[in-house]
Amino acid sequence: MFKRLADAGETVSLKVDGKDIRARLGDTVAGAMLAAGVDRFRTTPVTESPRAPYCLMGVCFDCLVTIDGVGSRQACLVPVREGMSVETQLGKREAGR
Amino acid sequence: MARTADVVVIGGGIHGCSTALHLALRGLKPVVIEKDYAGRHASGVNAGGVRQLARDHAEIPLSVSSMALWERIEDLVGDNCGFESHGTVLVAESEAELAGFRARVDDLRLKGFTHEELIDQAELRRLVPAVSEHCPGGVVSRRDGAADPFRTTQAFRRRAIERGAEVIEGVRVTGLSRVGDIWRVETSGGPIEAPKVVNAAGAWADRIAAMLGEPVPLTVIAPMLMVTSRLPAFIQPVVILRGRKLSFKQLGNGTVVIGGGHLATPYRDRNQTVLDWEKLAISAATVWELFPVMRQATIVRAWAGIEASMADGIPVVGPSATSEGVFHQFGFSAHGFQLGPGTGAVMAELVATGKTNVPIADLAITRFGSTKLSS
Amino acid sequence: MNASELASSYELVVIGGGPAGLAAAALAAKAGVQTVLFDENPGVGGQIYRGITTTPVVNRAILGDDYWAGAALAAEAKASGAAIVNGATVWTLDPNRVVGVSIAGQARMIQAKRVIVATGSMERPFPIPGWTLPGVMTAGAAQTALKAQGLVPTGRTIMAGCGPLLWLLAAQLLRAGAKIEAILDTTPRINWLKAARHVPDFLLSPYRSKGLALLREVKGRVPVIAAHRVEAHGKDKLAEVVFATGAGERRMKADLLLLHQGVVPNVNLAMAAGVAHRWNSRQLCFEPVVDADFSTSVRGIAVAGDGAGIAGGTAAAERGRIAAIAAVEVLKRGASVTNVQTLRQSLAREGMGRAFLDTLYQPAPSFRRPVGDTVACRCEEVTARQVRDTADLGCEGPNQMKAFLRCGMGPCQGRLCGLTVTELIAEQRRSTPEEVGYYRLRPPVKPITLAELASLPKTEAERKAVER
Repeated sequence: MFKRLADAGETVSLKVDGKDIRARLGDTVAGAMLAAGVDRFRTTPVTESPRAPYCLMGVCFDCLVTIDGVGSRQACLVPVREGMSVETQLGKREAGR
Repeated sequence: MARTADVVVIGGGIHGCSTALHLALRGLKPVVIEKDYAGRHASGVNAGGVRQLARDHAEIPLSVSSMALWERIEDLVGDNCGFESHGTVLVAESEAELAGFRARVDDLRLKGFTHEELIDQAELRRLVPAVSEHCPGGVVSRRDGAADPFRTTQAFRRRAIERGAEVIEGVRVTGLSRVGDIWRVETSGGPIEAPKVVNAAGAWADRIAAMLGEPVPLTVIAPMLMVTSRLPAFIQPVVILRGRKLSFKQLGNGTVVIGGGHLATPYRDRNQTVLDWEKLAISAATVWELFPVMRQATIVRAWAGIEASMADGIPVVGPSATSEGVFHQFGFSAHGFQLGPGTGAVMAELVATGKTNVPIADLAITRFGSTKLSS
Repeated sequence: MNASELASSYELVVIGGGPAGLAAAALAAKAGVQTVLFDENPGVGGQIYRGITTTPVVNRAILGDDYWAGAALAAEAKASGAAIVNGATVWTLDPNRVVGVSIAGQARMIQAKRVIVATGSMERPFPIPGWTLPGVMTAGAAQTALKAQGLVPTGRTIMAGCGPLLWLLAAQLLRAGAKIEAILDTTPRINWLKAARHVPDFLLSPYRSKGLALLREVKGRVPVIAAHRVEAHGKDKLAEVVFATGAGERRMKADLLLLHQGVVPNVNLAMAAGVAHRWNSRQLCFEPVVDADFSTSVRGIAVAGDGAGIAGGTAAAERGRIAAIAAVEVLKRGASVTNVQTLRQSLAREGMGRAFLDTLYQPAPSFRRPVGDTVACRCEEVTARQVRDTADLGCEGPNQMKAFLRCGMGPCQGRLCGLTVTELIAEQRRSTPEEVGYYRLRPPVKPITLAELASLPKTEAERKAVER
């Protein structure tokens, strides 16, 4: 859906559902995932429909992912970090993750 | 010309609506006067616990009779109200606490009440697998459960109207006076006259009582609740603690409701409450210790209802001590939801026939000081 | 700054690091007021100046001069002495001015003497069939992706809606080298007639020349098609856009659909704090009731910027300054500040042309009040039909409806469904949005984990242990 205008600056490496992706230092997790071609961030608890970011500004809550074991984080508000582990969320989040 | 009714019920919470329904079922014509809308306050925003467990002895007969109605609530109001029964478990956090529970259960059994059952650690872990390992046992009331409080109140309201009651919302009572055998109830929407009046005005009931010359020690409280986002099902019974404040239940949709009685600050004339986050933090810490699996749960909303608390923690149910034809049904002190269906039935019986077989003498308004009935 | 480094009280707490917040914090701090500004994003700028200090889009021509004007605001705030805290999510504000904030998973309660809520605006919901599909986003989202991270759409991109931002974004994307297949213009034709009487003011306003220039830039390079119905189709993600024009229905394959029909105040924090709101019948949204200093019905709490009513970025900074001056007058009487009259005059000038834009770009009712299976509440997947049917059964307002349908009870707390549900109930019950009202919003206005809440210092000893 999205590509980078130019390769700019320092990059970091993180995992999304176990796959390595490279991101720009300063990206949000949502932006990094979109740039890496991820088009499904979660499925809904009610009907398990796929969702991806809608607003990218923290009001729609469709970009919820699990980051380093903490679930339902708004990916559009969290800056990427080297070694971060991101998991897309299916349905009801596991308690305790 | 004032409008008339058989009974004016002041307050459209679950108690007012339940009484109105049961009066209508007896062929009487009640009018409910509600200053906001039915279920706007405590009745509509409480934790939904349908609980016989851990009640003061004075409430137990009402609670047991109400439970029978809960078990056929769909017949009564045409809606299952979201009622699910998986029991309530009172969890002991220490051996000393458990010993105290044992003594209480024994005492209840001596008095003929069998709804509370002591359980050991094995049974506790079978009923509540997610509970922390430091808990040695508890008490279970197996018929207990939980329902949707707003939906329940609205169901009583709806069925009452279908059976002939009138529910007037957005109107408040401003005065009461006796004219011969009739009560004239002044309201912001004009006067209503009826031979009988029921004061079910919740956190505002002390004002009605004061109009009748029988002041009561009622404090307005605002118990706080929190709800999480959906979680996979991990607990079926409702869990409560005694030593620390906690009530904890997971609804059918997966969300977890956390309560227990920590208080916000109420402003009853503005329909407003201001939450105390440091107290909510204590609730969060309690859940953290009791249910490790909840540690990454997300709190999505917190709120508080506006409720009445009596100085002795039990409600006022029964005839007025000063005013013939007036009856009180208030002061449920944050545990009136389960009592709603049954107390409405008892109140309707009392209003219609002058008596009831369910023991409610311990809940009389006279317990706050004797006042003579004026004729 | 981390949570334990915060003081337990501040004279002024500014919530939101967009133009209003930055301008307010800068003015107050320079006047000697102990000021902290909280913003949940990694950097300041809000939406309009997103990424202003960090954007990789260094070619200034792409984002344009209006964007880069934000750099001065950010620099001024940074140099002012205000504590600027990023990654700080404010999740509660109460009428006693107690602020609950979380930084990196640790929560603190902060007492404020004065609060300026500058949480800005968000895009109006755009409930069309298929709007929940991956591949459907707001125009603002694409703009954020561009500004903050230098990302541009690939694949087939279609834009749909109405309003000045649509043209601005289209221009920026084109300058960045993106291709836009079409812009579906949903501006109702009748609005041109309604807006006509506001034209004289508009002609005198700064919007006119900027607006016309953008239109020219875009219309020459992208087909603009008037559409009165838009739908997103696809199985698990967007595959094509179906739309209705005067000449009949058309379909276009698409990978990205960018929707925009104006912005509305983000009311959640102010409403949860007890601030009184009213319905703005020209802008078709709820906004706080404010006085000339942007003070609200709650003493000590002001709302500045687009959160006080949509007026644009330049006006936001001026509103922030006016609110800050009022705060300084209370907190540091006698301190010298900018002349407030100059600011008020400037604000009035900014207001010229707004009536024309607001009227012209009022979205058509069919785009605000969906029907059938179109999702009204995204979080709980409640459809328009369910909302309408429940209203018909006697549900008089959104708060009663919550209990039956769960609409508004999901994590977004009604941000994306509130206006839709209120308007649907009003339509079904032949009432008005003012009568019907809005969700009763409660904190936390952003979800917090049990761990964050449990981490709040609870005893006097704990509080003292974290105090600076």
